[in-house]
Amino acid sequence: MELIFEKNRPGAPDIYFPDETPAGARRADEIVPDALRRNETLDLPSLSELEVVRHVLALCRRQVGIDSTFYPLGSCTMKYNPKINEAVARWPQYASLHPLAPDETAQGTLQALYELERGLAQVTGMDEITLNPLAGAHGELTGLLLIKAWHESRGDAKRRKILVPDAAHGTNPASAAIVGYEVVTIPGTPEGLVDLKGLEAALGDDVAGLMLTNPNTLGLFERDIVKIAKLVHDAGGQLYYDGANLNAILGVARPGDMGFDVVHMNLHKTFSTPHGGGGPGAGPVGVKKHLREFLPIPFVRKDGERYGTSEERPKTIGRIGGFYGNANVLVRAYTYFRKHGRDGLPKVGQHAVLNAAYVLAKLQKTYTRPLGLPCMHEFIIQPTEEMLAKGVRTLHIAKRLIDYGYHPPTIYFPLVVKEAMMIEPTETESKATLDGFVEAMEKIAKEALENPELVIGAPHSSPVGKVDETKAARQLDLRFCACE
Amino acid sequence: MSTQVPAGLKYSKEHEWVKLEGQTAAIGITDHAQHELGDIVFVELPKVGGSVTFMKPFGTVESVKAASDLFSPVTGKVVAINPQLDGAPETVNKDPYGAGWMIKVELADAKELEKLLDDKGYLNHLGQA
Repeated sequence: MELIFEKNRPGAPDIYFPDETPAGARRADEIVPDALRRNETLDLPSLSELEVVRHVLALCRRQVGIDSTFYPLGSCTMKYNPKINEAVARWPQYASLHPLAPDETAQGTLQALYELERGLAQVTGMDEITLNPLAGAHGELTGLLLIKAWHESRGDAKRRKILVPDAAHGTNPASAAIVGYEVVTIPGTPEGLVDLKGLEAALGDDVAGLMLTNPNTLGLFERDIVKIAKLVHDAGGQLYYDGANLNAILGVARPGDMGFDVVHMNLHKTFSTPHGGGGPGAGPVGVKKHLREFLPIPFVRKDGERYGTSEERPKTIGRIGGFYGNANVLVRAYTYFRKHGRDGLPKVGQHAVLNAAYVLAKLQKTYTRPLGLPCMHEFIIQPTEEMLAKGVRTLHIAKRLIDYGYHPPTIYFPLVVKEAMMIEPTETESKATLDGFVEAMEKIAKEALENPELVIGAPHSSPVGKVDETKAARQLDLRFCACE
Repeated sequence: MSTQVPAGLKYSKEHEWVKLEGQTAAIGITDHAQHELGDIVFVELPKVGGSVTFMKPFGTVESVKAASDLFSPVTGKVVAINPQLDGAPETVNKDPYGAGWMIKVELADAKELEKLLDDKGYLNHLGQA
């Protein structure tokens, strides 16, 4: 398929840009200095509106996403985002609000944000929430800055280390490093849980905290979490909850009750806001009382029946973004909250776990199951030794799934499991969909043994065949050029 | 397809190899490591003149699957880096023990080599892993 730039017809009329300078204002080209102005032509394709519509529709037809097919991308919670979220977020009362609008004209939005904060505090068991962080990793950064500020406020500046489990998502060590901490990896047990002895050995008066996901990155519940919390706290550290897997326990168990001091939530995972491609994301952070005074500004305040924003927090870590979070994304999460309510949210967690356990119970008959403990909302399988002996690896199975009309699962993650396929069905899929996926995986398992070349050469049916990922990574070419 | 573990080299449990050339040690990653990583797309190495520390990260290797730390099997000063890896990181996949070497280090303490595995020890380690 041609790129839109390649559809440009030589000799077609140039695109007309209307001059939208208001009467009396100076034109942009009178204000912007020469040095900052573009010399080349814009090189936009000259196409009619109809040609553009057709091009975009053709792209949409080739698009694979949760709205078109099952999307079991482990560790990502690719649940269906209900369309009511979009409808509510488009209400002009929300969508047309200027971020600098005075509080008295923004009561509805402020109320939604305030109530979302209270709701998130309830489901996580935390005392206070900030909606400021603009993504999950931004939430991690914020949470670690809070931990650092707390230690420093106690005159404890010698804590230079953050502990992370060996299966942790890469953002954990990355966030800790950006805050200036030294990252220390703690080992896991063969079962796939935190090794308590290893944790104890790593703890000391130089450790600022432990970052943990629960269920962990292998999809297992850390059953020793209360002991882990005690060990960390006894050593003077703080316990950080990475909310990547919050969907598994939503409405059923709370990080705050487990002993976590700081929590970040990925609203784009658990609370059905837009995912990927810039989302934009939202990574609210929740804290226990002792960390409240360090939270970033601004925050929403309720005064009688009126809502307002405030920056009065003398010990705050400061601003971490413009205004107060991605407000229109937060409205979507608020809608999801209100739609499910107190009775509906626990079913989200329960069905997410049930669906994963169901698919695992089926697939363990044809694939290798490396971990024995019951899975939570996601699980890991591997190709069998027989498949590997035929040259069929995880990458090939994932690509073959495309031929069966499914988005592949997460592969080669977490790194501690060889040839990992990480599958997370989420609660929004029916039994019929799950059965269809299982059937496709069983067929691929059979093909891997009987006709391995078919699997290794996949995909065969996609608009673009097997892409050369190695070449793409080695020769980064990010800008279209019509030149040879 | 069996993994290559040449005799005469020293190995770390993190899958680096060391080849002693007088007071200088050439360092790279093992055949097993390159196979597990898959196609390597980027190798980040320290600067010549910098120092590396025993079992501390000295760089990263990135494949289509993952980015991994490189752990230095010795302590010392970096006297050379492989200039070929910048433009052709796939050399590590093709010839991990030869043209795919990564850095050369002037040893601060030759005794450290005793803490590393020989070929048999490394093969054993792979069996356990």
